Amino acid sequence: MAHATTVDYVTVIATESLSKRFPRVTALDRLSVDITPGVTGLVGANGAGKSTLIKILLGLSPATEGRAEVLGLDVATRGAEIRERVGYMPEHDCLPPDVSATEFVVHMARMSGLPPTAARERTADTLRHVGLYEERYRPMGGYSTGMKQRVKLAQALVHDPQLVLLDEPTNGLDPVGRDEMLGLIRRVHTDFGISVLVTSHLLGELERTCDHVVVIDGGKLLRSSSTDEFTQVTGSLAVEVTDSDSHPDGTAALLAALTGAGLVSRPAGRAADGSPASGHVLLVDLVDEGTYDVVRDAVADLGLGLVRMEQRRHRIAEVFRDDDGRGDGHDADGRGGEPAPQTAWGAGWSKTPGPRHEQQNGGTSDAA
Amino acid sequence: MPPETRTPAAPGRPQPAQDVIHNIGYRTYDGPRLGRAYARRSLYSQSLRGAYGLGRSAKSKVLPMILFGVMCLPAAIVVAVAVSTKLNKLPVDYTRYALWLQLVIGLYVAAQAPQSVSRDLRFKTVPLYFSRPIERVDYVVAKFAAMASALFVLTATPLLILYVGALLAKMDFSEQTEGFAQGLVSVTLLSLLFAGIGLVVAALTPRRGFGVAAVIAVLTIPYGAVSTIQNIALHSDNTTAIEWLGLFSPITLIDGVQTAFLSATTSFPGGHGPGAATGAVYLLVALALIAGSYGLLMRRYRKAGL
Repeated sequence: MAHATTVDYVTVIATESLSKRFPRVTALDRLSVDITPGVTGLVGANGAGKSTLIKILLGLSPATEGRAEVLGLDVATRGAEIRERVGYMPEHDCLPPDVSATEFVVHMARMSGLPPTAARERTADTLRHVGLYEERYRPMGGYSTGMKQRVKLAQALVHDPQLVLLDEPTNGLDPVGRDEMLGLIRRVHTDFGISVLVTSHLLGELERTCDHVVVIDGGKLLRSSSTDEFTQVTGSLAVEVTDSDSHPDGTAALLAALTGAGLVSRPAGRAADGSPASGHVLLVDLVDEGTYDVVRDAVADLGLGLVRMEQRRHRIAEVFRDDDGRGDGHDADGRGGEPAPQTAWGAGWSKTPGPRHEQQNGGTSDAA
Repeated sequence: MPPETRTPAAPGRPQPAQDVIHNIGYRTYDGPRLGRAYARRSLYSQSLRGAYGLGRSAKSKVLPMILFGVMCLPAAIVVAVAVSTKLNKLPVDYTRYALWLQLVIGLYVAAQAPQSVSRDLRFKTVPLYFSRPIERVDYVVAKFAAMASALFVLTATPLLILYVGALLAKMDFSEQTEGFAQGLVSVTLLSLLFAGIGLVVAALTPRRGFGVAAVIAVLTIPYGAVSTIQNIALHSDNTTAIEWLGLFSPITLIDGVQTAFLSATTSFPGGHGPGAATGAVYLLVALALIAGSYGLLMRRYRKAGL
């Protein structure tokens, strides 16, 4: 593999045509993906195979074919060693209500092999790091969802793993709790130095948290790229103009003018922005500094009023939008460095049916 | 100066959130990781303590402690009577004691077996265990051993009280020691058997209430049925039937084994306990039940991971 470009390249998780078939369903279909240290988002709709992948990575469920390595250990043969170095936060509730967070996390630390004294010390540390203070001595039955999620995160971190697998950690949280949890996840990597694999069905929250995003659908790899590639390499400019008497539809006139000037631009769909005015917003691909001048001159020449012109990062949802049609085109080299092909922008723009898009949009609209 | 003295809480102004995450530095852990065997031992000791409510809420200590007291109280009374009246023999056999208080043992299993396994299933803690170094076999072995140990503590402690009391009353040492040893073998078998049956039944349902009811039913209904049919057989003078019928309930199974091999007097109607040959079948059935419960538990947890 030609990955030798980065000096500190290490894989945390590597899978090679990993498949998992049940009698009736194929949960994973020849999934090959390499995940590097950092925060990695694993995105997919419910039933896309995220949980199955986590089970295989923990060495709890044998793959039908293919192989996988976690921290350089084969999941098929060295599951116990992997589980000693990896933390896991399940999606569902897993806390007995009649014990306190401290007792529970101490017990879980010992189950990971920590001696009693170390288990207690690290429990106190970890609970403080996730933001649980006095309430940690109370039975967990009385905790709020946010506090429960913190305890679940704490039990995954208490043995100082090298990697944590977080299954839908923001499930059931309100927007504030969601932001706090995402910040905490970010800190798990930046401050604690622990790599994170976090699953979600919401792309929007992952773009703020993750260095890298892997999208799977129906057990297949849809896309695997760094968040920067999506949101920075293909930066764009949002332009909103007024209409004038000579140009009743100012937006359309500007679109024509810009296309004439050699700039790739398109009307922003309502969904892409979420604001009521987005029907009048043009998204112009940012080529270089000169793009601003070209847009300014074009608006001035047409005699339109410039309402706003702002630089905007693409959101992951937009980039993935056009992947639906040609989903497995990137399978072979998931980490391919090429930016999203610009010509494909228009193609999938109008045909965005399906619940998955609803969810994605729901997740991104508040990111603006 | 602490912030609260410097800035008194202004009315109407929200207090700073208490759950702010302070960064006081993360410490990595470089100490030993003791691995799978240690994790299994930890689960064992946690489950054993839990079976007596230790490390849990005060409420969950009540029932096991009461049952433990009820189990020991008769032994203490027997000892007190024996010492004060200077008997030269204990009024109750070591092997008979557990059979005599089988209802208490049954209640204890019914209360604590679901506590041990149904809780983990109900609150879905099982997947967390399997995301740690332990395997399915470790979980089952730890839970089984913990339940059996808890039952052994429950059943052997009164025997110990009897034994110590008997020695204090200056009864014959070798006779008492032999009886005590036979009693311990008997309650060991009983603990394993009851733990196995209790855990299998409890692991079938994540609902604790169902588990309690089901364990009571499994332990008492066969006993009632067996005793009734044995009494009918006694009236029709069918002593062989009495001998064999004891195979069909857990407590009569133990009775049969100890009658055949541990010189116990049977509580079967008419005193028609099994002889050595039939007793061997009793022992085999008891061991098969213990092994079977272990097998069923392993099967039960095959799909319970994650």
